[in-house]
Amino acid sequence: MKKITTLFLTILFIATVSGSSVYAQAQKNEVLIRNATILTASRGTLQNTDILIQNGKITKIGTNLKASANAIVFDGTGKFVTPGIIDAHSHTMLDAINEISSSVTSMTNVRDVLNPTDISIYRALAGGVTTANLLHGSANPIGGQNTVVRYKFGRPVEEFVFPGAPPGIKFALGENPKRIGSNPQPGQTPRYPITRMGTMEVIRDAFIRARDYKQSWDDFRAKKTRVQPRRNLELEPLVEILEGKRLVHAHGYRSDEHLNLLLIADEFGFKIQTLQHALEAYKIAPEIAKRGTAASVFADSWSYKLEAYDSIPYNAAILWKNGVNVSINSDSDERARRLNLDAAKIMKYGGVPEEEALKMITLNPAKQLGIDKQTGSVDIGKDADLVIWTAHPFSVYSRPEITMIEGTVYFDRGRDVLQRAEIAKEREALEKLDVNKAPGSGATQPRVPSERRIEERDEADLVNGGNH
Amino acid sequence: MKITNYELRIAKSVSRIGAALLVCGLAFLNVWAQNDGSQQNQTGKAGTFAITNARIVTVSGATIENGTVVIQNGKIAAVGASVTIPANAERIDGKGLSVFPGMIDASTNLGLAEISGGVPASVDVAETGSMNANAKAYTAVNPHSSHVNVTRVNGITTVLSMPVGGLISGQATVINLNGSTQSEMGVVPNFGLVINFPRISTFGGFGGGFGAPPVEFGEAVKRRDTQIEELKKIFKDTENYARAKEAYAKDKTLPYPATNLRLEAMIPYIRGERPILFTAERERDIRGVVKFVEETRVKGVIVGGQEAWKVADGLKKNNIPVIYTNIYNLPVRDDDAYDFLFEAPSKLQQAGVRFAISTGNDGAEVRDLPYHAGLAGAYGLSKEEALKSVTLYPAQILGIANQFGSIETGKTANIVVADGDILEPRTNIKYLFINGRMLPLTSRHTELYESFKDRK
Repeated sequence: MKKITTLFLTILFIATVSGSSVYAQAQKNEVLIRNATILTASRGTLQNTDILIQNGKITKIGTNLKASANAIVFDGTGKFVTPGIIDAHSHTMLDAINEISSSVTSMTNVRDVLNPTDISIYRALAGGVTTANLLHGSANPIGGQNTVVRYKFGRPVEEFVFPGAPPGIKFALGENPKRIGSNPQPGQTPRYPITRMGTMEVIRDAFIRARDYKQSWDDFRAKKTRVQPRRNLELEPLVEILEGKRLVHAHGYRSDEHLNLLLIADEFGFKIQTLQHALEAYKIAPEIAKRGTAASVFADSWSYKLEAYDSIPYNAAILWKNGVNVSINSDSDERARRLNLDAAKIMKYGGVPEEEALKMITLNPAKQLGIDKQTGSVDIGKDADLVIWTAHPFSVYSRPEITMIEGTVYFDRGRDVLQRAEIAKEREALEKLDVNKAPGSGATQPRVPSERRIEERDEADLVNGGNH
Repeated sequence: MKITNYELRIAKSVSRIGAALLVCGLAFLNVWAQNDGSQQNQTGKAGTFAITNARIVTVSGATIENGTVVIQNGKIAAVGASVTIPANAERIDGKGLSVFPGMIDASTNLGLAEISGGVPASVDVAETGSMNANAKAYTAVNPHSSHVNVTRVNGITTVLSMPVGGLISGQATVINLNGSTQSEMGVVPNFGLVINFPRISTFGGFGGGFGAPPVEFGEAVKRRDTQIEELKKIFKDTENYARAKEAYAKDKTLPYPATNLRLEAMIPYIRGERPILFTAERERDIRGVVKFVEETRVKGVIVGGQEAWKVADGLKKNNIPVIYTNIYNLPVRDDDAYDFLFEAPSKLQQAGVRFAISTGNDGAEVRDLPYHAGLAGAYGLSKEEALKSVTLYPAQILGIANQFGSIETGKTANIVVADGDILEPRTNIKYLFINGRMLPLTSRHTELYESFKDRK
């Protein structure tokens, strides 16, 4: 079907735009960014400062830094450098998002459906995003396991997976898990739960089963019994949650149900790592802060469904004032390209200071995902996940020029623009191939224009059954 | 079973809205003292105002670095570096502030959909059926929608709100974002007719569930051509209907032609007295619109316009402007340049096509209009053109530039005072005037914020 044409073009695109591996390799050793304004996201703003990158790490930050003769040098005069943006809620590069057949799908992992050729990766890089938390959808009270990736577009999929990122899992409350149950296909039995009451009981039931399962293994290991329990792939990740080894990212909107989840976590003695969306979290900010739970929210989306009607753009500011770690996410291939502007909005709504707003798309999501030792700020010893902007990244007129991950350039606007004519020429050549010819002109197959899959967000699931 | 569930959902929705309103009810007790209206239709205060010592970005002329704007009787009474301030004027010190014309979004569904997903009772954007020329957005726009206040406090003072769906969706309305009734809001009650111009689509449809195999390209072309023929037939029928009515008016011995509301509504549009808003994105579809306009001699406007710059000559020749709605959209094809849709406005501008930038949003996110324009500014459009694309240009396309879109003496006082460039997301709006009334900078959002910001 349409995949064939898309595949051809995609392969071509990767080969020409992202991929010259010589270019990528050359930068592995030494890169110098000279004389830029650096928004560190940890120690304020540094004017007219250089950054030296060696073997993918930031090794020096200062003035008049020297690099070896074969170092790649970027002139940062008049430009701004920030840490790479980290999108704490994304479904980019996932070939499947929801395993909707069960209310508990903790055995699944989006790691199995990563598509490293998704063009949205490149477009996110062009918006300054370097790292994303790829989450299972929100169809199930307990969804699948997530994977944290870096957008190494053009590299093998294994290289995307963020080394050392703690494992996590998606939970979901509210309209989305309810809806899957409420709208069975003709002939199908409705799936439990279809209410917020049932949603909480599904979660409680799962953790009771997980606790019992853990007990059976504890007993076996303590030699209380000689019968080894049968492995249960559904419950093992939940045991890891109980043991504090797996991070829970809980989708939800209404404050009452997020609070209910926090209470269930209290009951079973674990911590919810992040509340996702949490557009009403401002109503329970002290309760969230007390538990050390973080929030990953939209800057200002609202009113697209009933449970988003009390969403306000001041949400992040109220949470921040209460000491909650807040990140701003996209949950959208489109929105991911302008997270810098979403962070800027947070300054306007509630008066969050500039660096705190910048942290919400860099250091804060890094902490939420447990990767802040490696990335999230411009600091010596961290990986060189950096963006060079034409102007202050909170200005609407600003644009990323260079996006690098571990010192390797994955987006370079200059190169992108130079290659456009070449890409157009190759497209033209491809369109002349037999396989792509219009029907009736002696072609072997009808030409089918390639259309992208529909842009999705949480609420955009009516056409394709996908909840995020 | 499905019906029961559906009813259940409706019942829950209603009770939830009730709860939400209760929260608001509590919230606006806080601001009641400062305002003269209820939550959604605070109509502000009328009077004579003088904004002094401000940077005045007139848009139509040079920026005045330090000047005064006088507002009187709903109009801009004076603008300049040194103007006489009426004695009774309330003075607003504009030191450090900039004065802009209110922004105009020329393609939204604002007021027609309160909660777009999952609450169908609050959605009035699309009538059933494919020919609804007589459906008027003006009659369904809710003056008390919470989207009104949320949008205007970000500097957007006027919008076009349009119906969607079918072949002929209905008539779009141009409204100011203030007023307790449609007539108080109305600028051009029935501005234009929305036609979703038939396009070549290989989409297989929902027949066998989502993902039915796409139809062959040739078949898709045929399907499109059939729809264009349908459209032409409606135009022809309208012409015949109008002629029959006119003939009867002159000669009462002729059979009385029964009134047909749908055709009746078409008459001013097929005769080019009012514009037709054609939604179209791809080059081939826009070429289709151009051809259609040439054949029918109607007054055309493109809404959408992803690839409109590729049809610049045809658009210019037929004086067809473009209301561009694709800044917050992803390029359609994988090999489109990543900034393909960010760059399009600058290409339209360079090609000399008249254009405006619009959110194309259903209401809640119309407040992002300045950032749509600003992003076009990051990708080729000058800052001045970016500002015009959401002020003067949409006013011109909507035929209201004699009253809106710039700061000039005699124009309606739709004015925004801000502490910086109005297209920047960090900029704060400080004062807002619509029809010369100074409006409170409150909304559903500020009210919920006030209610919860200090909760311990």
